[in-house]
Amino acid sequence: MADSLNDESGVEDKKKEEMKVGQGLESDEVRRRKVASADSADDEPAAAPVDPAVAQSIGQGTDQSPGILQRLLAPLPPRWQNWVVRGIMSIVMIVIFSVIVYLGPLAMVVLILIIQMMCFYEIINIGYVVYKSQDLPWFRTLSWFFLFTSNYFFFGESMIDQFRILLQRDQFLQPLLTYHRFISFCLYCGGIVGFVVSLVKKHYLQQFTLFGWTHMALLVLVTSSHFMIRNVFNGVIWLLLPSSMIICNDIMAYMFGFFFGKTPLIKLSPKKTWEGFIGGGLSTILFSVLLSHFLIQFDFFVCPLEYDEVSDAVSMNCVRHWIFERSTFHIPVVGKLLFLSSIPWYPFYWHSIIMATFASFVGPFGGFFASGFKRAFKIKDFGDLIPGHGGMTDRFDCQIIMGTFVYVYFQTFIM
Amino acid sequence: HTKMSDKSASNLKANGRPPSSNAPGNPAATQSTPEESSNILQRLLAPLSPRWQNWVIRTIMSFVMISSFSLIIYLGPLAIVGLILLLQMLCFKEIIGIGHAIYRSHDLPWFRVLSWFFLFASNYFFFGESMIDQFRILLHRKQFLEPLLTYHRLISFSLYCGGIVGFVVSLVKKHYLKQFTLFGWTHVTLLFLITSSHLMIRNVFDGVIWVILPCAMIICNDMMAYVFGFFFGRTPLIKLSPKKTWEGFLGGGFSTIVFSLLLGHCLIQFDSMVCPIEYDELGNTLNTNCSRHPVFQPVQFRLPFAEFLMEDSSTLLGFEALLSSIPWYQFHWHTICMASFASIVAPFGGFFASGFKRAFKIKDFSNTIPGHGGVMDRFDCQIIMGIFVYVYFHTFIMVTSPHHLLRQVYSLRPSDQLKFYEALTEGLAKRGIVPAV
Repeated sequence: MADSLNDESGVEDKKKEEMKVGQGLESDEVRRRKVASADSADDEPAAAPVDPAVAQSIGQGTDQSPGILQRLLAPLPPRWQNWVVRGIMSIVMIVIFSVIVYLGPLAMVVLILIIQMMCFYEIINIGYVVYKSQDLPWFRTLSWFFLFTSNYFFFGESMIDQFRILLQRDQFLQPLLTYHRFISFCLYCGGIVGFVVSLVKKHYLQQFTLFGWTHMALLVLVTSSHFMIRNVFNGVIWLLLPSSMIICNDIMAYMFGFFFGKTPLIKLSPKKTWEGFIGGGLSTILFSVLLSHFLIQFDFFVCPLEYDEVSDAVSMNCVRHWIFERSTFHIPVVGKLLFLSSIPWYPFYWHSIIMATFASFVGPFGGFFASGFKRAFKIKDFGDLIPGHGGMTDRFDCQIIMGTFVYVYFQTFIM
Repeated sequence: HTKMSDKSASNLKANGRPPSSNAPGNPAATQSTPEESSNILQRLLAPLSPRWQNWVIRTIMSFVMISSFSLIIYLGPLAIVGLILLLQMLCFKEIIGIGHAIYRSHDLPWFRVLSWFFLFASNYFFFGESMIDQFRILLHRKQFLEPLLTYHRLISFSLYCGGIVGFVVSLVKKHYLKQFTLFGWTHVTLLFLITSSHLMIRNVFDGVIWVILPCAMIICNDMMAYVFGFFFGRTPLIKLSPKKTWEGFLGGGFSTIVFSLLLGHCLIQFDSMVCPIEYDELGNTLNTNCSRHPVFQPVQFRLPFAEFLMEDSSTLLGFEALLSSIPWYQFHWHTICMASFASIVAPFGGFFASGFKRAFKIKDFSNTIPGHGGVMDRFDCQIIMGIFVYVYFHTFIMVTSPHHLLRQVYSLRPSDQLKFYEALTEGLAKRGIVPAV
């Protein structure tokens, strides 16, 4: 199953043989030839150049499937097998998310942090493999330390912001609250000092490159995940709806592209088409209005998570924000023709439409960015965590930019 | 003054490959050659040996820099803010220049534009945040600024998104790796430079002394460590910078603490140094008259654990009488803490920069300042110091002030302001701070 990479281009076979011989000790010649042949493979838009050594070290999930399924699906052709595995995994993921949503906002916060750490693991792994630095043991420790420090800082900030009064009741937490920024800064400084002390003579360039790589990954992952956590605190709908929009846009764009796709959208992702882009966008807007109508009915989704001093509990009962209160929308002219002069409306639908527009037209650029990244480092997927889909980052690349947008949008227009 | 070594010249790699452990490029263009600095000086100093020439030029430039800084301090806090932004942009230019030279991306014209666009977008965001935080009431008076204030975060985010979209659109087939590398380079540079410079700007708003004194500490530590190392230096400190010695490190540390106490004491005498920059609603001006924060008020010198150290009460009283004649401010304890950080931890910023230069096989960041190298060479330790002072101030001196919170309340809608007032009176009454009505 994993060898289907070879089906992409016969040239890769020869390169793979050479790679097996010179594993870990590749000469300039081999590298140059590989790059040259990979570049010529670029001329065929269908086949993206893949570096087999890197791909093998990281693990590519798109064409993998668990053992049981492999046996069950053996009679089907490979393309259908991939389809079925993808479909099953999608359903599994959606079911797991629904369970976690049911468990409540704190479970969602934990899920966000877990996903963030898995994405970080994948990106760091790519860095190690590409820059061949598995022999610098301190570097793994330092990367994870920086992740811990930044998570500690942002998580503390969000918690203090939201639950300050509740936390202050706990005596032993007092010093942690008062000195939170100072402690975080000292941890970070410790990381910098540790990095400087760990510099080894002949590996300066590798170490600095990985330092920058780690910081870049943290900048992108930690800020967006903590914005998403703050969105959850403002009301589960502010995370659930945008995520669903992105997923819906993905699926709908694929459907529209499958049936109507003709004109390619961007050189970076040759499979995307304008028909898919626009069709997916319009259907996402429609779907988001329907989904928000469904979610608004429940206080659970709409109320912010707050500490209620009076009842001394973290509660989700609230006086609804005015955008979640029912009103009616009078359709101006067309209404009379459709015998539908007014429909039940919530002001939130306008926000829903705007967010859906962003999700369909700007959100995909997160996906294009990730595609470009993968092409730059000659890999097909970020990892093999999710069979049929690739790695965690493959699934969540567009969510990153969406989460940040929703946070900024909320802060500007809602509160 | 070594130029590029032969080893690095032979390690030139073709485009589009991730750099291996050998240096990928040859940024000889960014070398600093102190002798070529100024023709006039060259002719004047021609009789001296090259080492003395370097010394003289270094000293002259140090004086030039210190005098320009003093002039700008005299001009006031807004001039200091302007200077911080200018230095930040020069540092950014240097680091981006190094990136372009190393990864040989001069043939990707969009990339320069994108890097500067990201710099503009992040500066716009942070500068706006600081200004809105500090001068919200003043800014609300100008009608045309209203939309910029209300939608500031959205505008900044849209600018940044525009940059990302522009980057994705600018991706060229055979240059993906270079473009992504430079994208990461730009972002990490911005991460360090922007956060530190805007935290320094916030320090200025809290009182000019909170920028001047830490800067002076770093400069003093540099000079004193060099002097001590020159006279007493024997044991090397760290493999990364072979010229640094333990004697210089420790001697520089002690003398920095002493010097900063003296300088701090001198600066405290002036209100203009110590007062935060506030917009006075009544007088409709920016003023620096204030009622001093407790740390800046003269107190009696008390040894922290004097009572435990001395059993005999009579000697204690006599000792205290002696000590109380020392003019003391609580601020001096904070000065000692900050000076310790400046001497012990801040040099690691310098070591980091040294390691960076060794990794990319360059001697200086650029040749902007004759005799010293680039702007970044001078300000590498200030970056970590500025962040430390901001965190220290907001933890130990003042987390937030009533003025600050009031400003935020006044920016709410009137109905929300009323809700705030009612909730506040209710909460204060419940806590017994205000008698219940």
